[in-house]
Amino acid sequence: MRIGVPKEIDDGEKRVALTPEVAGQLQKLGFSLAIESSAGEAANFDDEKYREAGVEIIEDPKELWRSSDIIMKVRPPSQHPELGFYGVELLRKGQTLISFLYPAQNPELLQALSERGVTALAMDSVPRISRAQKMDALSSMANIAGYRAVVEAAQHFGRFFTGQITAAGKIPPAKVLVIGAGVAGLAAIGAAKSMGAIVRAFDTRPEVKEQVESMDADFLMLNFKDEDGSGEGGYAKTMSAEFIEAEMALFAEQAKEVDIIITTALIPGRAAPELITEAMVTSMKPGSVIVDLAAEAGGNCKLTVANEVVVRHGVTLIGYTNLPSRLAAQSSQLYATNLRHLLTDLCPQKDGEIVVNMEDEVIRGATVVKEGNVTWPPPAPRISAAPKADVGEKAKAAMEKPAAKPAHPLAFLIPLAIAGLVLFGLGAVAPPAFIGHLTVFVLSCFVGYMVVWGVSHSLHTPLMSVTNAISSIIVIGALIQISSDSTLVVVLSTLAVFITSINIVGGFAVTQRMLRMFRK
Amino acid sequence: MSTGVITASYIGASALFILALGGLSHQESARRGNLYGMLGMGLALVVTIFGLVTDNRFALIVGMLAGGGIGWYLAKKVEMTQMPELVAILHSLVGLAAVFVGFANALDHGADISGVEKTIHDVETYIGILIGAVTLSGSVAAYLKLSAKISGKPLQLPGRHLFNLGLLLLSIWFGVLFVQQSALGGGTVWLILMTLLALLFGVHMVMAIGGADMPVVVSMLNSYSGWAAAAMGFMLGNDLLIVVGALVGSSGAILSYIMCKAMNRKFVNVILGGFGTGASKSGAAAGPAGEAGDVKSIEAEEAADLLENAREVMIVPGYGMAVAQAQHIVYEITKKLRDKGVNVRFGIHPVAGRMPGHMNVLLAEARVPYDIVYEMDEINGDFPKVDVSIVIGANDIVNPAAQEVPDSPIAGMPVLEPWKGKTTIVLKRSMGTGYAGVDNPLFYKENTRMLFGDAKESVDAVLKFLSH
Repeated sequence: MRIGVPKEIDDGEKRVALTPEVAGQLQKLGFSLAIESSAGEAANFDDEKYREAGVEIIEDPKELWRSSDIIMKVRPPSQHPELGFYGVELLRKGQTLISFLYPAQNPELLQALSERGVTALAMDSVPRISRAQKMDALSSMANIAGYRAVVEAAQHFGRFFTGQITAAGKIPPAKVLVIGAGVAGLAAIGAAKSMGAIVRAFDTRPEVKEQVESMDADFLMLNFKDEDGSGEGGYAKTMSAEFIEAEMALFAEQAKEVDIIITTALIPGRAAPELITEAMVTSMKPGSVIVDLAAEAGGNCKLTVANEVVVRHGVTLIGYTNLPSRLAAQSSQLYATNLRHLLTDLCPQKDGEIVVNMEDEVIRGATVVKEGNVTWPPPAPRISAAPKADVGEKAKAAMEKPAAKPAHPLAFLIPLAIAGLVLFGLGAVAPPAFIGHLTVFVLSCFVGYMVVWGVSHSLHTPLMSVTNAISSIIVIGALIQISSDSTLVVVLSTLAVFITSINIVGGFAVTQRMLRMFRK
Repeated sequence: MSTGVITASYIGASALFILALGGLSHQESARRGNLYGMLGMGLALVVTIFGLVTDNRFALIVGMLAGGGIGWYLAKKVEMTQMPELVAILHSLVGLAAVFVGFANALDHGADISGVEKTIHDVETYIGILIGAVTLSGSVAAYLKLSAKISGKPLQLPGRHLFNLGLLLLSIWFGVLFVQQSALGGGTVWLILMTLLALLFGVHMVMAIGGADMPVVVSMLNSYSGWAAAAMGFMLGNDLLIVVGALVGSSGAILSYIMCKAMNRKFVNVILGGFGTGASKSGAAAGPAGEAGDVKSIEAEEAADLLENAREVMIVPGYGMAVAQAQHIVYEITKKLRDKGVNVRFGIHPVAGRMPGHMNVLLAEARVPYDIVYEMDEINGDFPKVDVSIVIGANDIVNPAAQEVPDSPIAGMPVLEPWKGKTTIVLKRSMGTGYAGVDNPLFYKENTRMLFGDAKESVDAVLKFLSH
């Protein structure tokens, strides 16, 4: 099948759905590839690179839309600003579109796609289960957005992130508050932390506390009765009024202290919750920065203006909604890799033919239109969250394990006493010669015990081969008897000598061979 | 040669053997240790041949030369991956020799002693042959299992414990009969019958033990060969044999103990055979640990990329590396990465492979310097700092179920913890389970990447991409 990648036409969109590297991998799956001329330019991939990777360059976008079996895009199709055509109108039955589609927000797009009789997979509808992580484009884009948010904040913040003591005076470290510790929030925490800032984070879901702390940031706890904000599919849900009140009090207190606030609070399919009020913005120090990653959904701060940087009450509010596009090379690479993983699952035979298997939970979730039928929304995904009950049970099991019963302090004397009695009994009946041999035997066991414990673990194989060689000392027994008058005894002894000789020479020689190999 | 000189030489030989084992405590002194061993053996042989042998020197020399030649040939020819088989077959020879010596002695010493002495001597002979025969047939069975000439699966006959018990009681009864009739000058029949029983017992015992327990079996047979020698020493009234037998016996016993501890298994359970009798439910038991989901596979090129960009790399080899003979290429990769400033180390689990120390020998053969090869206990704490761990042909020894699933058959077994590092690359032929038959949640961990294929081809491919 032929995959076509048109140039993104939305304003400010620099990403591209295919990189030369991924092109090579897709060809291994049996696909042929075409890309619109200069599609990757804004992301620093020029046509020449694609050509080298075996991708056909097509000048006319209309031809590309028409001639490809699969169209891969980043943004949902829209009206072409110059050529004035709408991509969806060029699609026909049998074609497949893979892109971000936001089916909840774009019902008319779904309608249009179903009228054309195509199959459409929405990258934003890939279910958030662990198996699908490799194709979870929302996460990979959120990661980039979180990182870029810190970079943007640094750009507009008039001071260092890291604290320093210099000859010219002391520089205090910047304090960063990250609200919402999802993928974007964690990426922001990591980036801000590595620039040297003091980072705090808040999230309504208590289970992310551990993740936040693993990144060396402080997790702000709410003085509030237990309420778990974990919703379906790993997202947060709306909280109760009391909870929000306590939360707002915490933010108000933090706003006075921190220099940078990065908000990432989004609840799918709803307007972003207002977390930072105008009063909080006013209370912030002049020169502070707020990066609002929820700007597209109305913003976590009402003062944010989507796609713009504004200054209100001396505080810079950044409302860019295209943060991933501002790291176009990186985000194109991750997005294209997500697409490749999806295509790998779609193409189990590696023959370049895709199979939209609706039995597969991941593919079912991503498919929003199948051969003209709208299949969105999918049935509810199974919950991916950690099995909490299991943890409790395990802890309980650990608790229940009883402490070992303490042994009686004199218990060790019992085996000694038994051994003593046995020896005494033996001594009473056995001839002195036997007792003499037994002495040697017991002492040798102890010597062996002491010596062998000292042997290095790495030399256990040589130890076995050398003990094997020396246990052939049994040859002495054969030698003592070989001079017998009985033919049978001589034969047996000679055989024993023969066998043990194999062992002696073989054992020592192979040990020597092994030991010679051990080198520093 | 006077008896005094002979005895003194034997004392010298005993001391040399102790020094030989002591020498193995460090790599630096190990070769000297082996020389001490050869010296001790040489001394004992020379003194015995010139001091005690009075006749049939020709047969003796022919036997020695022929045997020595075969031994030399075996030692030169054997592949390091076949060491467990070689050691097993050599053990069987010790057992066979013990049987021969025991019979020769029983036939030779008709009536020079009597009374309690005679009884003790007969019991010693009987026990010596018994241990020798068990060692012999057990080692042969182990050899066949190790060289995959027969299946590695545990053979579980119905009522096998009763069967073993029956064999034991029967041997005791035969022993009593033998001692009674030997006092009258006969009893050889019982000795032969007992030998057959012991042979049967040896085979049955080893057949019932699963592939993953082979390190325990091999060290246990090592121990038996020592006890057989010690029993012969008692029979012949020879202290040198007793000393050496006791040394070897305790050495093997300690190795068995270490191996059992490394698998968190009771020695008795291993010997009674079959890995975790409840193995059938193990698959289900391991289920809850594997967070539902599939594995992420990776291509050799990406693996090479990960390795090149890492600072700390840990390689965890297992039996699969030995089977694929991949150790040389693994070291090529190691060298290449170390040249690029990547700190590559090896983490060895005590029961990796089919005999104690098997991995160390293979890595040594590939010329991996031993100071970058670490034991599990030394290295486990370092995994959080490791960027990339490569697991080559290992499964149960890196199974997190041992720690996370309380009802797993391998629960409580100490394991290496690569999942605590940043990324783990697992080289594996397929998604099959290890010898313990337990599913491995490591493969489903978020930071694990699977590189499917033959271990050798996979490392070859990785090496190729590293060269670019």
